[in-house]
Amino acid sequence: MSGKIFVAHDALSGLLDDLSKKFKVWIPQMMDQASGHIAFGVYAPGKKPELTRRSRLSPKKILFPSMDTLFKFTYVKDPKDPVRYTIDLKESFDNGPTLVFGARPCDTRGFQTFDQVFLKGQYKDVYYERRRQNTLFATLVCQDSDTACFCSSVGSGPADMTGSDMAVIPIEGGYVIEGLTDAGRKLVETSGSAPSPEQAAAAEQMKRNTAALKIGEDDLTGYADDLTRRFTDMDFWREQVSPCITCGVCTWVCPTCYCFSITDEASGMSGERMRSWDSCMFYLYTLEARGHNPRPTKMERYRNRVGHKFSYFPKKYDGMVSCCGCGRCIRTCPVSIDIRKVVKELKETADDRA
Amino acid sequence: MTELNPYRPEMATVIEIVEETHNIRTLRVLLNDPEKMKAFSFQPGQVGQLSVFGYGESTFVINSPPTRRDYLQFSIMQAGEVAGRLHQLNVGDQIGVRAPLGNYFPYENMKGRDILFVGGGIAMAPLRTLLLFMLDNRKDYGDITLIYGARTPNDFCYTYEFDDWKKAGASLILTVDNEAPDWPHRVGVVPKVLAEEAPNPKNRIAVTCGPPIMIKFALAALKQLGYADEQIYTTLEKRMKCGIGICGRCNIGEKYVCIDGPVFSCAQLSAMLPEL
Ligand code: SF4
Ligand code: SF4
Ligand code: FES
Repeated sequence: MSGKIFVAHDALSGLLDDLSKKFKVWIPQMMDQASGHIAFGVYAPGKKPELTRRSRLSPKKILFPSMDTLFKFTYVKDPKDPVRYTIDLKESFDNGPTLVFGARPCDTRGFQTFDQVFLKGQYKDVYYERRRQNTLFATLVCQDSDTACFCSSVGSGPADMTGSDMAVIPIEGGYVIEGLTDAGRKLVETSGSAPSPEQAAAAEQMKRNTAALKIGEDDLTGYADDLTRRFTDMDFWREQVSPCITCGVCTWVCPTCYCFSITDEASGMSGERMRSWDSCMFYLYTLEARGHNPRPTKMERYRNRVGHKFSYFPKKYDGMVSCCGCGRCIRTCPVSIDIRKVVKELKETADDRA
Repeated sequence: MTELNPYRPEMATVIEIVEETHNIRTLRVLLNDPEKMKAFSFQPGQVGQLSVFGYGESTFVINSPPTRRDYLQFSIMQAGEVAGRLHQLNVGDQIGVRAPLGNYFPYENMKGRDILFVGGGIAMAPLRTLLLFMLDNRKDYGDITLIYGARTPNDFCYTYEFDDWKKAGASLILTVDNEAPDWPHRVGVVPKVLAEEAPNPKNRIAVTCGPPIMIKFALAALKQLGYADEQIYTTLEKRMKCGIGICGRCNIGEKYVCIDGPVFSCAQLSAMLPEL
């Protein structure tokens, strides 16, 4: 077999029905018609994947839920000596077979950032690892960029299948789905019938055309040292972020923002240790117990957001920029701060800007 | 800490409590699993995350040295919710420990040299680990001098050990910020006393821990005395959560205080972005 199948538009639900018997299948779906809010949700028969419009929220939460239980704890009193107790800890892992169907290359590539930090460091994040190992990605070859998209500026592109197990290639009448990894090929081969030679050729053509597209004008890699040079230029940072209201939505929607907090929730004798999304845009994020804050204003905080993605991360991980160019922060920022512009202007001199 | 899940604390029992000052107390703890307690290995300067279940976790240096294995000791200043709760615990209470975490003082490179400790307030805790470690390996080091300052005579930790430290071969210079009745030692903030004492930088390593403002002036005083960046070590504090380089919050540029620190030489600090 070729490791490819063709799925006609009207056969897609049938395919998803089949897949959802083996996997928890996540698809982009319409959450709110009026505002056009598309996000990833679990597929159930009858739900329609939105494959022609970008989602407002990325699939980040599938591998990294916004609230996740690390373990549950219970204080257990010693029946013989009730002032004594022990503590019972139970980890909870949620890691059944999962399939993300219809993410876009930027979405899937976002997890490359997570992989570096959560899997390849000195310590492994077992919660992420278990989900990651059990999740397959069927990623769309993307036809739906807008002016906020800039995946090609950060070393990627609309046909980039990094981290994907299958490519979902839209052609006339339906999709060619192509297995890219062993697991992806195996799944594809048992899920439908091969495309006709014409369909296969159309898919190849579509991939080539898409790969040739350049989404985003400038190359935004290679700015690591410019950030360092600009670090203490507070006039620059003031100018860039003065409108920012530190709402943090840029980090919430970002597929590569992974910062989290750990807190306990308890009632009575038991409770949970939770991890939840946090944001470097918040004052409390770095506030120390004794009152000192190394990032007291939004200038230091936004500098960290840009610095982390375009300077610190590439310095630590072989040049890799930890922004996938999805444009979500640009689309959702209430004051329209454009991270592309900030990065580009790192290079300019004070004279250029005057 | 379980190898499998770095977020899962080991259970431990508080076996002894020392009230050091009005807002600092010392907890001595034992891991509940005797095998794990026996196998527990760490280096001077490494930290632990202490959990009070229902309240959360907070970072404290293990301030007993690896050369003394009867218990693990942590000194806690009352600041923040978890520390506040740790201050209410009694002997027999259960806490969680994730340790050891972070890097440590490069004591191998300090062998054969004179040592100067400069500490203020609660930051005596990390210095105590290294000081005791060196006193327990006394012949490996030259002169050992400690300049230790506190706000008032009642704000010193470990006062009950000072005589032992001296007997083991350390010179102690104690100072308080302001004149106090019956105080027989020095008066003045640590950087000032440091400048007056002027310990010779020749073949000496200086290790300084304290609140950010003290560190700032202590570093300036040390440089004034002729100490090179490579001769000075300090520890950094940041708000931490995971302690294992993942949650993202303790970074200074591409360095993470929880895994790349808490111990840094002044030379390393100068190469880092200025975001302390
Ligand atoms: S979304 Fe915009 S306003 Fe909100 S924190 Fe980010 S940059 Fe600031
Ligand atoms: S920084 Fe903005 S454009 Fe880059 S990955 Fe995050 S949300 Fe997308
Ligand atoms: S405390 Fe989480 S990265 Fe350092």
